[in-house]
Amino acid sequence: MIEIQGISKSFENKDVLTNIDLNLERGKVNMIIGKSGAGKSVLLKCLVGLFDIDSGHILYDGRPFSDMGYQKKKEIRKEVGMLFQGSALFDSKTVLENVMFPLTIFSEKSQEEIKERALFCLKRVKIEEQANNLFPAEISGGMKKRVAIARAIALQPRYLFCDEPNSGLDPQTSIVIDNLIKEITLEFDITTVVISHDMNSVMEISDFISFIHQGQKWWEGSRDDILNSDNQEVVDFVYASNFMKAVRENLKKR
Amino acid sequence: MSIFSHLGKYYILMIQAFAKPDKLKVVWKRVIDEMEAIGVGSIPIVAILSIFMGAVTLLQMAYNFSSPLVPPYTEGLATRDTMILEFAPTIISLILAGKVGSSIAGNLGTMKVTEQIDALEIMGVNPQSYLIMPKMVAALFVFPFIVVVSIFLGTLGGYLASVLTGVVSVEKYVYGIRYDFEPYYITYALVKSEFFALIITSVSSYQGFITSGGAKEVGDSGTRAVVYSCIIILLFDLILTQLLLTA
Repeated sequence: MIEIQGISKSFENKDVLTNIDLNLERGKVNMIIGKSGAGKSVLLKCLVGLFDIDSGHILYDGRPFSDMGYQKKKEIRKEVGMLFQGSALFDSKTVLENVMFPLTIFSEKSQEEIKERALFCLKRVKIEEQANNLFPAEISGGMKKRVAIARAIALQPRYLFCDEPNSGLDPQTSIVIDNLIKEITLEFDITTVVISHDMNSVMEISDFISFIHQGQKWWEGSRDDILNSDNQEVVDFVYASNFMKAVRENLKKR
Repeated sequence: MSIFSHLGKYYILMIQAFAKPDKLKVVWKRVIDEMEAIGVGSIPIVAILSIFMGAVTLLQMAYNFSSPLVPPYTEGLATRDTMILEFAPTIISLILAGKVGSSIAGNLGTMKVTEQIDALEIMGVNPQSYLIMPKMVAALFVFPFIVVVSIFLGTLGGYLASVLTGVVSVEKYVYGIRYDFEPYYITYALVKSEFFALIITSVSSYQGFITSGGAKEVGDSGTRAVVYSCIIILLFDLILTQLLLTA
């Protein structure tokens, strides 16, 4: 479980996050949604320690991550997997080498065992064996995301962070990635945090939703709650598309 | 950002780069890879430049020292000493600032803007130590070797010029390059090459690490890495010459 207690962050006197409280539970897909520029990605970068927060606390299963020094943070980071918006695969390494990388650095296993674990992770995300020796530039966007997930789970993380996992993907591939995130969350019983503004993903996999607006937590609840919310910003966001407007009309008729 | 802010950030980056690595074996493998990229990859351009520099230097010496009052060994001696003292360590380092420096800044800059460096950080890997330290250590190993190769090939270039053009007889040239050899000049060249290796790799790595934005900014970082490396090399050339040769 990750507890966020009253965190704030500003850049050059411009407040980006203001006094955010959140509880992100283990074994659940916790989604943080909001419009572009709302502060979602900054919140995620604060959560993983890429940005230092100005005030408040972030606790990883009770451990005060935001108050720790570099070395202690490093220990917790070994329990963290992250899926970046652009995948962030190392372009000088092959698919297999990318997944083997965290194991090579942190595991004391033999090279054979490391390779075996990496192959298992790649198989788990349904990457065909022929792709293992390709470089990231030679594979599709959807495959890159799957390889990034394989790399993120290689060290059996306790926390998984995903920054807009569906950006740039077609609807079918998006669903594959969404389902993979959901399955992995349940299979490994990890705390998953997903940043998104894709309502399909929200309705597909979320267990808990937090809506960020102008750097503040505006609303939180389940996916059933969000469809019936009367918060105007949430309604504007959820029912922005004509399709969702039609869904709303149907809900009202019932 | 002011120059003091850059100096502060550069200093912090260097401290982080030389922090204890996560796995020595992995870092050593990276050093070997970088030695290949920086050293072996630079040999062709260094060879071409050195041969031509040596040849042109001999022709110019022959043109300038055409008086019968000038001793017969002058052209060969001047070519040899010019190669050892200045052309091999400094000019070759300036060329490598262009080749190696832009490559380092471009590579690290791209890694920065595509979040690959953030990915390392989140995994718990010290990106500065993993990415920068092997480049600097590799450059420290290979730059002196490159300078020695350059001196040899430059002198060979002079020899080829004497054979092909006949402006200086081969006997006079060989006599000249063997005349009054000062071994300390080699030490001076190697010391300079070590300083220049550190300047090129650290300045270029810094420029790569502070990149933010996109393709244009990555290109700008490469350009800045080359320009700043060249200026600092020339400044240190002056300081080291004063300290090592005239003090």
